[in-house]
Amino acid sequence: MPTTAPPPKPSAASERGGSPFADATASDSALRRFLHGLPGVDTVGLEARAASLGTRSVKTTAKAYAIDLAISMIDLTTLEGADTPGKVRALAAKAVNPDPLDRTTPRTAAVCVYPDMARTAVAALSGSGVKVASVATAFPAGRAALDVKLADVRDAVAAGADEIDMVIDRGAFLSGRYLKVYEEIVAVKAECGSARLKVIFETGELSTYDNIRRASWLGMLAGADFVKTSTGKVATNATPANTLLMLEAVRDFREQTGVQVGVKPAGGIRTTKDAIKFLVLVNETAGEDWLDNHWFRFGASSLLNDLLMQRQKLSTGRYSGPDYVTVD
Amino acid sequence: MSDGRLSVFKTYKLYVGGKFPRSESGRVYEVTDSKGKWLANVPQSSRKDARDAVVAARKAFGGWSGATAYNRGQILYRVAEMLEGRREQFVREVAEAEGLSKSKAASVVDAAIDRWVWYAGWTDKIGQVVGGANPVAGPYLNLSTPEPTGVVTVLAPQESSLLGLVSVVAPVIAAGNTAVVVASADRPLPALSLGEVLATSDLPGGVVNILSGRTAELAAPLASHQDVNGIDLTGAADDADLAKELEAAAADNLKRVRRPQPVDGTDWSADPGTHRLTAFLETKTVWHPTGALGASGSSY
Repeated sequence: MPTTAPPPKPSAASERGGSPFADATASDSALRRFLHGLPGVDTVGLEARAASLGTRSVKTTAKAYAIDLAISMIDLTTLEGADTPGKVRALAAKAVNPDPLDRTTPRTAAVCVYPDMARTAVAALSGSGVKVASVATAFPAGRAALDVKLADVRDAVAAGADEIDMVIDRGAFLSGRYLKVYEEIVAVKAECGSARLKVIFETGELSTYDNIRRASWLGMLAGADFVKTSTGKVATNATPANTLLMLEAVRDFREQTGVQVGVKPAGGIRTTKDAIKFLVLVNETAGEDWLDNHWFRFGASSLLNDLLMQRQKLSTGRYSGPDYVTVD
Repeated sequence: MSDGRLSVFKTYKLYVGGKFPRSESGRVYEVTDSKGKWLANVPQSSRKDARDAVVAARKAFGGWSGATAYNRGQILYRVAEMLEGRREQFVREVAEAEGLSKSKAASVVDAAIDRWVWYAGWTDKIGQVVGGANPVAGPYLNLSTPEPTGVVTVLAPQESSLLGLVSVVAPVIAAGNTAVVVASADRPLPALSLGEVLATSDLPGGVVNILSGRTAELAAPLASHQDVNGIDLTGAADDADLAKELEAAAADNLKRVRRPQPVDGTDWSADPGTHRLTAFLETKTVWHPTGALGASGSSY
């Protein structure tokens, strides 16, 4: 199988023991040369591969394992203008104890909220092991000055968020000012401290698969801990194809640098069937190392209810219904 | 055939969510007429088809139960109109399925059409008959109003393939419920063709979902399904053990159960009455304070 990136060129930096890609980010033109030097994406092949991996039949014990794994990978998300502290607390309670009728149900990975709700979420989740993720940097559009974005991040970190979900400046990316995007991510990363940084590319606005591959590399070079597909606020969100592409990117990045980066598809994943398709993609592309909620997440809200209904079906033998899960 | 034209066989399909899918399982079984002559291969639905049908029925419930009774009546009348237009086809299918003469089959189809008209008339009247203002001893206005039960599984009668089917499905949807119908196992063709009529009658997709297959195989997951609110066991009348099992499974989420009646005693052409309409209605009663009663006995 072809890898997606050229082998690192021996450079002065790597001989000195620095990053093998230090040269690539030295200047705007060098970065552009590097990103445009990435191999082009075979659109037909990518979509065919994603579709064929989606046809696996996962049943019985394997399905039970996949459902529990998927629940443990969810970033239970509420990003609405109408969010209230009460709603965030209710969501936090659900994250800690997704199915009150079955205490063996795993917890979700995190609760994902707007920065002003981070403090509420932290208080509601303290001691539970469920992390708090906060979107930042003028989510979802990302149209604000850098110091405003950084203040947004500082707020969220100060409120106790364990993870920061930032959006990239798509306008700068699409007009070719890659170094601006890069420097912004680096600046945000610096503000994060110990919080893990997820970088949202909004793949639905990047137009081409080539752009998604470039954005993934750009994000990883800048120090992202996670690459994330979308905000969930545009028409096209996570698809098997664009997630497969990002999984290839993190696989190749680890091969070349030894640094492992997580992946988070977000938006539009609503059914257990969809979630299992993504888990198959992870296993077959990036490998088992990513089958853990430290390295793979689902950004979702309604997905959890479907997983719970399927879980109830497996444990009781009866089909469940929406009356038996909470309404968020 | 004499002009050498190839016959065009019809592919009978399920009717789920307003669409005509094949069974998810890919299975079919052979359907014969009353003398054992092959008629068609029909889908043998699996429990996953049943699950999909429940999802479709649940999705359609809000819109259908929220539609005005007047509108539901118009749509049911429209079904009668469409059925009238395809009378010839149904006369043939009923004659083949039940081994009736053409004239007898024609009178069965006429009765089935009339049954739709009968229930079309009932949609906006049943509320007055079983609901209304109740006399209470206190300063309250007390009103009862019937509301649909929800998603109802209907096991259609095994013998009467069209008139019996219409007689059990029409009252369920006339009351505002949505239905998952398990057609007669050996005589499913009129039911599957009825799906085509419903699809062209302004009936929103998912209000009626029709499955063909083995009754016991489909009824079990539907009886235990947590998102089904009621079950009509008419089609299990000739199998007392099955009916008992289904009733026990249905008890788990307190489904409303309509027990099967003895097959021999059922005359589908008789006046249906309102008991099938009221079987899947829930009574909601509202107490509304009217304030202190004055000397005249009224505060108004």
